[in-house]
Amino acid sequence: MKTLETTMIQETKPILTVNKYKFIIWLFIITIIMLFASQTSAYLVRRAEGNWTEFKLPVIFWWSSSILIISSVFMYLAQQSAKKDNYGKLKTYISGAFLFGIIFLAMQYIGWLELQDSGIYLKGNPSGSFLYILTGLHAFHLISGLVVLLFAFVASYQLKIHSKSLIQIEVCATYWHFLDLLWLYLFVFLLYFR
Amino acid sequence: MATVAEHIETQDHAHGHGHEEHHEQSFIRKYIFSEDHKVIAKQYLFSGIIWAVIGGLMSLVFRLQLGFPEMDMAWLKPVLGQWVSLAPDGTGKLDPNFYLALVTMHGTIMVFFVLTAGLSGTFSNFLIPLQVGARDMASGFMNMLSYWFFFISSVIMFWSIFLETGPAGGGWVIYPPLSALGEANPGSQSGMTLWLVAMALFIVSSLLGGINYVTTVINLRTKGMSFDRLPLTIWAFTFTAILGILSFPVLLSAALLLIFDRSFGTSFYLSDIYINGHALPNQGGSPILFQHLFWFLGHPEVYIVILPALGLTSEIIATNSRKPIFGYKAMIFSMAGIMFLAFIVWAHHMFMTGMNPFLGSVFMLLTLIIAVPSAVKAFNYITTLWRGNIIFTPAMMFAIGLVSFFVSGGLTGIILGNSSLDIQLHDTYFVVAHFHLVMGAAAIFGMIGGVYHWFPKMFGRMMNDTLGYLHFWLTFIGVYLVFFPMHYIGIAGFPRRYYQWSGFETFNTFADLNAFMTIAAILAFAAQIIFIYNFIYSIFWGKKAPANPWRSNTLEWTTPINPGHGNWPGEIPTVYRWPYDYSKPGSESDFIPQNIPFSATPESNLPEENEMISEEKEIEKIEFNHNIPD
Repeated sequence: MKTLETTMIQETKPILTVNKYKFIIWLFIITIIMLFASQTSAYLVRRAEGNWTEFKLPVIFWWSSSILIISSVFMYLAQQSAKKDNYGKLKTYISGAFLFGIIFLAMQYIGWLELQDSGIYLKGNPSGSFLYILTGLHAFHLISGLVVLLFAFVASYQLKIHSKSLIQIEVCATYWHFLDLLWLYLFVFLLYFR
Repeated sequence: MATVAEHIETQDHAHGHGHEEHHEQSFIRKYIFSEDHKVIAKQYLFSGIIWAVIGGLMSLVFRLQLGFPEMDMAWLKPVLGQWVSLAPDGTGKLDPNFYLALVTMHGTIMVFFVLTAGLSGTFSNFLIPLQVGARDMASGFMNMLSYWFFFISSVIMFWSIFLETGPAGGGWVIYPPLSALGEANPGSQSGMTLWLVAMALFIVSSLLGGINYVTTVINLRTKGMSFDRLPLTIWAFTFTAILGILSFPVLLSAALLLIFDRSFGTSFYLSDIYINGHALPNQGGSPILFQHLFWFLGHPEVYIVILPALGLTSEIIATNSRKPIFGYKAMIFSMAGIMFLAFIVWAHHMFMTGMNPFLGSVFMLLTLIIAVPSAVKAFNYITTLWRGNIIFTPAMMFAIGLVSFFVSGGLTGIILGNSSLDIQLHDTYFVVAHFHLVMGAAAIFGMIGGVYHWFPKMFGRMMNDTLGYLHFWLTFIGVYLVFFPMHYIGIAGFPRRYYQWSGFETFNTFADLNAFMTIAAILAFAAQIIFIYNFIYSIFWGKKAPANPWRSNTLEWTTPINPGHGNWPGEIPTVYRWPYDYSKPGSESDFIPQNIPFSATPESNLPEENEMISEEKEIEKIEFNHNIPD
């Protein structure tokens, strides 16, 4: 009888399997995907019509891409340390992720200056305008990511993130990795469809 | 109220997670910056009604202009100010530019502020937690944010009406280059800028709302509320929210590029434009690109408008026919089908853009396929009504009215879906008549029906039935008298967005028909005053509502008459059956609510339901996983 009961309990699965904040962040990511999907498809449609000035991406975008990847790695390490309740490492890594995110933004700005030196402005042929809009939109979302990261950063210094309270850092990491992937997509897209 | 709150508190603490820290809240937190889904729903409802009145009055002004082009408008001078210009003899004329602005604002207000925010915002917020058995939305804070973004957006849109150059005047579809160049129309100056800012905020608001709706439905259902036991309202709201999540970002894209064209000198949509013989510097843009981006939202948007209304109607018709909804699964699949097709038919709004005829025929085929799920829905409504014990409550009248409009407006959709016919009829009043019936009037009827049906739950009082019937018949007849003749005007070739036609000899034949439509429009609008009176009067002085006035099965009627914060005192009811057990053979009562287990109704169970009795214990054993904090 007793064994029967225990098997019953094991069979009934909890109704809530995904945390609602994780679900929300994924839906939010979908809206951002739709935004960039529409932008890049508008780009392709416009490009197919001709009268398209080709541009060369600033060299610094290669460096900024690697900076953002490193930032993502830091984020991953921070999450791992939080799981192991290693507060010291958590603080270091999350600060690293935040710092490299800011460096990335600065490099994007330098990239824009480089573009202007090479004669590509927001005004003018739509190819250049699209370049600024796409990188600018991504930078805007990255700033929103930094805000989310800042909250996690503060929480980790208040020791509110630990192995029993991982939701915040997981949501933050999901969003941060997504923004990283989004940039890599845009970068490859812009390299390929100049 | 206090006892309710205490119950919730003890129950939540017993479960070990402080879901609601329920303290006495200040007035501001309770009624203004509230995170309670019921309060937010009412906020959306009131805002929607205010916008509907503004949008409706605008339509009366331009209807007067169309019906009586020689009319002396001097009496409107105190309201419209400089937009009515006075001739030396004291007679007034409506400014043609303001006419365009009125049409634009009427469209924008009705489509977005009334039928998207007012309809989805009200009923998704109100019914999702109550019908799936949740204490509140997934994130009350995001929900509050959603309303206040909408509010700021409303303020900006309202402000634009009072600009010296007038509100946006490029049509609600804001096609560039007309909307991009201030020289094109006074409305394309600051009015358009404010329009774009307001819409950007509106999009943020709908996304916050939509994300919340989907998350709540997926994550916060009560015990036993499996997907096949969800009321059709919830299915409809979920599909609507998914449509919004996928399509509103694309509108944001379109608007963003337009903002850059207007304010920062880019040329996404502009090319080869000469103004007064001078070429503009903008080169290389494509106005058709805007139309693609716009209609990729614009078409799903019409389903965002109609699907919630259809969901509400399903619930109202089943309840008041005292019969199970016919084809529950067919209803879900047809809504899913409509949702899917919504994304691949947008170019049928663009047959006139010089599109490749082959591409046109592909979009035509896809468009015509929408007739299939739509017809399934209409068929299921009629078969639900068929031989039911119909109770003609005002809500039921409006729901049946929706079915009528959906069918008669849908028929002309089949005509317009054909590219060869659309090329003839595009930009005539035939199109206007079509979409006003199938999405305008139908969605408004769904919304009003929803208000009549759920008013007792929202305010704890009943609306007056007699006034409701009067409201229904005047509106129903009024709407048909406006839009039925409009089809003939359209076939006769009257173009849309024209300030007046009296300059063309041909069009004088139908001048009387236009005057007739205007009078009918005034009648239909006047009927809404009855509704607003009834609505406001009943909130304060209506008859006290019983707990389940329509003898309905869904969970919201198991809450107290005035549900407090947290909705249910004590535990949330468990769900054992689908929501449409009306007039079940063998049962004494003609309805069996969702929270009645099969073990309690042996007399009416079907054989397969008897087998499900053994599963009831398992449903009750389901434990919310507390390792996942809320």
